[in-house]
Formats: sequence, structure tokens, C-alpha cells
Amino acid sequence: MLNARDILETITMIQDENLDVRTITMGISLLDCCHSDVDVMCRKVYDKITRYAKDLVKTGEQIEKEFGIPIINKRISVTPAAMILASCENRDAVKLAKTLEKAAVTCGVNFLGGFSALVQKGFGPGDRELIEAIPEALSVTDHICSSVNIGSTKAGINMDAVALMGKVVRKSAELTADRDCIGPAKLVVFCNAPEDNPFMAGAFHGAGEPDCVINVGVSGPGVVRAALAKAGDCDLTAVADLIKKTAFKITRMGQLVASEASRRLGVPFGIVDLSLAPTPAIGDSVAYILEEMGLECCGCHGTTAALALLNDAVKKGGVMASSHVGGLSGAFIPVTEDAGMIHAARCGALSLNKLEAMTAVCSVGLDMINIPGDTPAEVISAIIADEAAIGMVNSKTTAVRVIPAIGKSVGEELSFGGLLGSGPVMPLSTYSPAKFIGRGGRIPAPMQSLKN
Amino acid sequence: MRAVITVIGKDMVGILAKISTECSNHNINVLEVTQSILQDMFAMIMMVDISKSDIPFTDFADMLDKIGSDMGLSIHAMHEDIFNAMHTI
Repeated sequence: MLNARDILETITMIQDENLDVRTITMGISLLDCCHSDVDVMCRKVYDKITRYAKDLVKTGEQIEKEFGIPIINKRISVTPAAMILASCENRDAVKLAKTLEKAAVTCGVNFLGGFSALVQKGFGPGDRELIEAIPEALSVTDHICSSVNIGSTKAGINMDAVALMGKVVRKSAELTADRDCIGPAKLVVFCNAPEDNPFMAGAFHGAGEPDCVINVGVSGPGVVRAALAKAGDCDLTAVADLIKKTAFKITRMGQLVASEASRRLGVPFGIVDLSLAPTPAIGDSVAYILEEMGLECCGCHGTTAALALLNDAVKKGGVMASSHVGGLSGAFIPVTEDAGMIHAARCGALSLNKLEAMTAVCSVGLDMINIPGDTPAEVISAIIADEAAIGMVNSKTTAVRVIPAIGKSVGEELSFGGLLGSGPVMPLSTYSPAKFIGRGGRIPAPMQSLKN
Repeated sequence: MRAVITVIGKDMVGILAKISTECSNHNINVLEVTQSILQDMFAMIMMVDISKSDIPFTDFADMLDKIGSDMGLSIHAMHEDIFNAMHTI
């Protein structure tokens, strides 16, 4: 029998501590939409997405109401677009992006991810055309998210793709300079990209996935922080235990929503992604959890250790609460999307170097960081290479989503609105890696890849 | 199918009457009621059976939400499963 304390705890979590399900993401395979004529392919793509996802938003809203749990985003992820673009004789990637945009608007989803290419070992047919079209595609659409996987533990790092992505990120910012450079906020460069990630901007529906699947991403930094605040002065073993218990509860809710959505839509359940995903709302911040643990400000010495504890405890708590765990599963540290990170970046406590160290112990990577507008493409490429190296060697996902603030310099701000938030431009090293990046080629896969 | 109705806010005359009248208007059976005063805030929890309800549960939840805002109370009607999932293994 339920007791009153448990019921009130759930109500408080939802009402006061920003507990929510961050996203229900429907993964849809587009492999059967391939056609030699791009127009026919686009029609098939539009028809399939709108047929499969027509009830996604409605069902999400229904579950939200019946269970009283906010579901912030309803999203779609599709097969990496480069894979189907390869089948066309006239490879018009921007046309495909516009088709995906139209499908996203028809279905009423918040974002559609999968304008993507996987080039960790080299460029296949369609890959280069798609990557070169990313800046234009992101500037003429509002709901499309793009990602490119340039490295993996198994394949090493494709440095030609890294060099290209530096230019693509820069150009995406230039083409959207009149809209606070929003283009690159929808573009992620991955190493070891997961194929079932429900979170944007990096979601895509991998080649090994079924025809259609429901993945759910949970959230709840505010709940973890509130639990720590109530616990008072306990030692770190007790802190870890408390985070585990809280993560368990959050994830159980995600699992319930996932199985309910899967049942109502008649689509198999894929995974629950156990992530602490912050939002710019006050009280929904990962940085504030670290500060609650006892750091004066996120970014000070000790931040990496605190984050490692948090990230590990979230996984340990969540893993028993869900039948299938996947995606990114860990704590996110996007700077502009986290009130505490924004504060730490503004006051100078949080540097890019510290963020890079933090990415070695949590999920994702250098996420939503505004960099000076005059940053050359090769510096962006070098940031991507560093981050990919951390992911490759540690057999984990890392990613880069930096936004060159065209026309702005350190200390000025970009504001994207909504969940993407806002934040200051952060300083970078001004010494040049141009020759290193210009070499191209591949960084060989590390010893860690030889597991067989 | 069972649901949990929670009412949180300042104590006043007629809260229980008002909510249970709404339940009976829609053929929703009240199974159990607990209420307590937490630091002069009134908290009432009702377990109800909604399987014979004559309106969709989402409409009933909306209706209670509206009553709540009219009376200055926070009223939630949520499916029982959410609490079972979170608090039992």
C-alpha cells in the first residue's frame, strides 16, 4: 500500500524540483526509403515519418496528463541521412533536410535528429555531400539536428573529417550569425556515437536498430540536488548512496513512461537513457549538485572528482530501475543549458580546460560552449580532435558542440532561447594547431580496441 | 484502475466535500482518504477507483486542476502506477 510520505515526495519532486521526463524519442529507420531519384526518396521519407509518428505527440501528452508527469520533448530520430542519400544519383542533401523539417512540423515534434554521417574510418558515398550541406541545412531549418561521428575506439580518429568539421562548424555559425549563431547549437561532432541516443542534438537511429523504436531520456538534476540538501553534512559514501536511491526513483518513472508509450503506440521499447539533463531553469542544474556537494563554485579544483562520483552513482542507481539502459547515460554538462554552469563561466571559475577534464568522467563532452567569433576553423578542429582522443582512449562517448559567436569576443553573450539557453563567450588558447590539423590522415585505433 | 488525488494548500471549510462531490458526480468511488496538517498546510490524499468513471481521466484531472486554482489549492490527480513504480521494487 502506498504511504502518504511517498506520495507527497513524488508530488514535491514534480512540482518544486523540476522532475520530468526530458524526452520520448521515436527512432525510425529510413533504409527502405532509398531511391535513385532524390524527389521520390524525399516523398517516401516524408510519408514514412508522418505515418509512424502521427500519434507520437498526442500519446506523449496523454501520458503526461494521466500520470501527472511532465514530458518536455517529443522527438524523432532517423537513420543517418548520409546512408540513404548514398542511394541517389542526384544527391541533394538540402532538399532532404527540408523534407525532414516538413515531416517534423507535420508531426508537431520539438526536434528531429539524424541529419548525420558516420565517417570514423573514412567517407562513404553520400557522406561528403551531406557534411558539406550541413551549414545550409541548419540555416534553412528550425527543427533538424545534425551529428557527425568522426572517431571511435575501434576505428581511431578520421583527421580529414576532423579538419572538415572545423570548417563546417564555423560556416554554420556564419550562416546563422543574424540569429545568435544558432546553427552549430544543433550540430554535434561525436567520437563513439551511441546508436540509440534519445537526446538532441546527437540523436540518430543507428543501422543496427529495429524499424521503429521508442527511447526515453529522463532528467532530474533538481531532485538530486534537493535530496543532497536535505541530507546535510554526511560523508561522500552517504552522498553516493543518496544519489543512487534518487536516480533509481527517477529512472523507474522513465521506465514506466517508456513502457506505457511503447504499449500505446504499438512500437517496441528500446532503452531508457539514464541521464541527468539540466535546463536553464533555476534549480535544474548539474553544476548546483556539484556545489551542493561542497564546491564553492563549479569549475574549482575538486569538480572532476565530484562529477565522477555523481556520474557513477546515477548509473548504479538507474541501471536496476530499467530493463534496458542505453544512449548516453550519465550527467550532462552543457554550459549554456545549465544555470550553475552559466554562472560559473560568467564569473571565470569554469574554464574550457576544466570542462575538458570533466568530460573524461561524465557523459558527452564539450557541450554548448560559446567561443570567440574570430576562432579559426583549425582551432575548432583541434578542440574536436582533443575531445575525440579522450573518447577513443577511454572507450566512451565524447562530443563537441561549440558555437563560434560571430562578431563577438570573450565576455560577450549569445542567447538561443528555450532549452538551449544562453551564456558568455569563453576564451581559448590562441596558439595555432594549424600544421597538426593540416596533416590529415587517421589517428590509428588505440591498444584498447584490441579486445578480441 | 485506481488514481491518487492529492490536495495541498491552506486549510479551509469544505475541501473534502467539494472533491468527493466531484468524484460522485462522475461515478468515481473514493476508496481511502488520509489527511494531515503539515506546518499549517493542509494535505489530503485520496485513493479513488476510476474504472467506472463516466469521463476520460485526463478531463477529470483538468477539472480538479481548475477547482484547485479557483480555491487557491494545488490539486493533482495522477494514475496510481507512477507512485508504485517510484516507491516499490
